[in-house]
Amino acid sequence: MRANCDGGDIALPIWGRAPWGIGIAFARVGNPALIHFENVGLRYGMGPEILRDLTFDIPKRSFQFLTGPSGAGKTTLLRLLFMSLQPTRGLINMFQRDIATIPREELPLLRRRVGIVFQDFRLLDHLTTFENVALPLRVRGKEEATYRRDVLELLNWVGLGDRINVLPAVLSGGEKQRVAIARAIIDQPQLLLADEPTGNVDPPMARRLLRLFMELNRLGTAVVIATHDLSLMDQIDARRMILSQGRLDIYD
Amino acid sequence: MTSLQQKPARPTAEGADEAAEDKRASRPQLQVRAMAPIVPPANVSANALTIVIAIMAFLACLTLGAVSMIQDTAANWQSQISREITIQIKPADGLDMQDALETARETALAIPGARDAQIVGDAATARLLEPWLGDNFDIDQLPVPRLVIVTIDHSDPPDFDAMRAALAQAVPAAYLDDHRTWVDRLVSMARTTVLIGVCVLALVFIATVLTVVFATRGALTGNQHIVEVLHFVGAEARFVASQFQNHFLIIGIKGAIAGGVLAALVFLAANFWTGYAPATPESDQAMALFGAFRIGLSGFFGILAIIAVIGLLTALTTRITVIRTIREIDVVRSDPSRME
Ligand SMILES: Nc1ncnc2c1ncn2[C@@H]1O[C@H](COP(=O)(O)OP(=O)(O)OP(=O)(O)O)[C@@H](O)[C@H]1O
Ligand SMILES: [Mg+2]
Repeated sequence: MRANCDGGDIALPIWGRAPWGIGIAFARVGNPALIHFENVGLRYGMGPEILRDLTFDIPKRSFQFLTGPSGAGKTTLLRLLFMSLQPTRGLINMFQRDIATIPREELPLLRRRVGIVFQDFRLLDHLTTFENVALPLRVRGKEEATYRRDVLELLNWVGLGDRINVLPAVLSGGEKQRVAIARAIIDQPQLLLADEPTGNVDPPMARRLLRLFMELNRLGTAVVIATHDLSLMDQIDARRMILSQGRLDIYD
Repeated sequence: MTSLQQKPARPTAEGADEAAEDKRASRPQLQVRAMAPIVPPANVSANALTIVIAIMAFLACLTLGAVSMIQDTAANWQSQISREITIQIKPADGLDMQDALETARETALAIPGARDAQIVGDAATARLLEPWLGDNFDIDQLPVPRLVIVTIDHSDPPDFDAMRAALAQAVPAAYLDDHRTWVDRLVSMARTTVLIGVCVLALVFIATVLTVVFATRGALTGNQHIVEVLHFVGAEARFVASQFQNHFLIIGIKGAIAGGVLAALVFLAANFWTGYAPATPESDQAMALFGAFRIGLSGFFGILAIIAVIGLLTALTTRITVIRTIREIDVVRSDPSRME
């Protein structure tokens, strides 16, 4: 295992060992989209429509950037993708299910297949790095002994091996960012949503995080990265979804 | 395994010292502190709630104690009174009182179940009347009703109706008082008291539940950031509830124990008082009213039961409140039309 940064092949420690779950198994049988939006519109309160008539697919194992000016609705769209927000109109299919028909109690179970990284990290201040990253596993009822190694290896891999016992208050912005990313990917999600994941780090670290996402993608996770960072998008040739004035344009 | 914490902190970004980083990465550090609770205890303000719950538990224990004491006393009266019945003979013109008393006594004794029958003699009757009439009256001059006290076999009581019928025939002026009216009144009083006590208990429990509901909602508001994060890492409402529930269970049990111990002390003090100062008129009155302040073993089990009930009630209320509130939060969070 190499905890390398720029260049070279990056192997994610956890998934080098653990078998990839349902994601790949599904991906191999036909290829219906992971997520399908049809004529989705959204407005907050009585305000204007932030999103208008969005129709698009997020294919399995795909990699895309979501971009657009500030206030265009990127965060809003990510919340729709996380099933944390219901559309004002239109149809959303997640994992081949119409989310309007899914009982409310079942949504948390579906959300467990999606990892999300927030613009503002949302770490719990009283938990250590280790505990923050382990939180999704704890929420799934797993015992610490069963995942301690995985969490430590992932933390090592994102370069936080010596920060595992510190509280977020003493972490730098970039370190918090990496904790947030580690927390989002610790349970091998089928879909990763990242809101400005490189907003707080220097360009080399941004490249490194991008490679982390690509490696994750290579192993089967569909990735959506919301960003303003043109230089980041220029680094790889990936699908671009551009939001502006409520409309979405896709450049494959 | 060497602790990596002893090594100097690594720069935030990569590139500074790749070789060292490689080494570190391949040796995962294994010392991790015991998992901290997801909702820190300090985030749930406990003091006021503990005190309220202690007061509620105290009141519940006192109510339970009072109810059981009155019930015991009533049961006591009931058993004492029904050990004896009285035959009353009212004086009438042309009635030979002595003869009537003798006949009544014999009639009563003839009924199986009557163990003994004694005529309350002139002197004894006079003594009974002394408080009202003084000691200078001639009992033969006054139309005073006379009594025969019949002791009955408690385990095999006589047929009162048969006795009444026999008496009516032998001594028409006799009236058999089996104290049924008294006993009936006592029983209904005891029932009413128990009912009132149960109502008070119910009110105390309802007040406890409502207090816990408010406290739980307060705790959820105060820990909204945690609830949000849990939502975004895929927590079910049940999981969130269990994180809060444990804190409230501890608060509930602590408060209930405090209240229960206080109540137990009050009962012990009352016990002590009635045990060691029985001679004062006040304590005599209290004894007459309530019987002894004896909260026996069952009373202390009652206190334990109340502690358990209040603890469970608190935890359960918290659980239900959190699950319902989380649903509300989910609905509001997911509904864009509710946001401005
Ligand atoms: N909870 C909310 N209630 C009302 N309006 C909101 C809410 N959240 C976002 N908005 C509005 O929706 C629009 C889109 O916001 P959003 O956060 O999705 O933009 P964004 O593309 O993520 O911007 P940025 O690049 O600055 O993060 C903005 O005009 C914002 O004011
Ligand atoms: Mg945003």
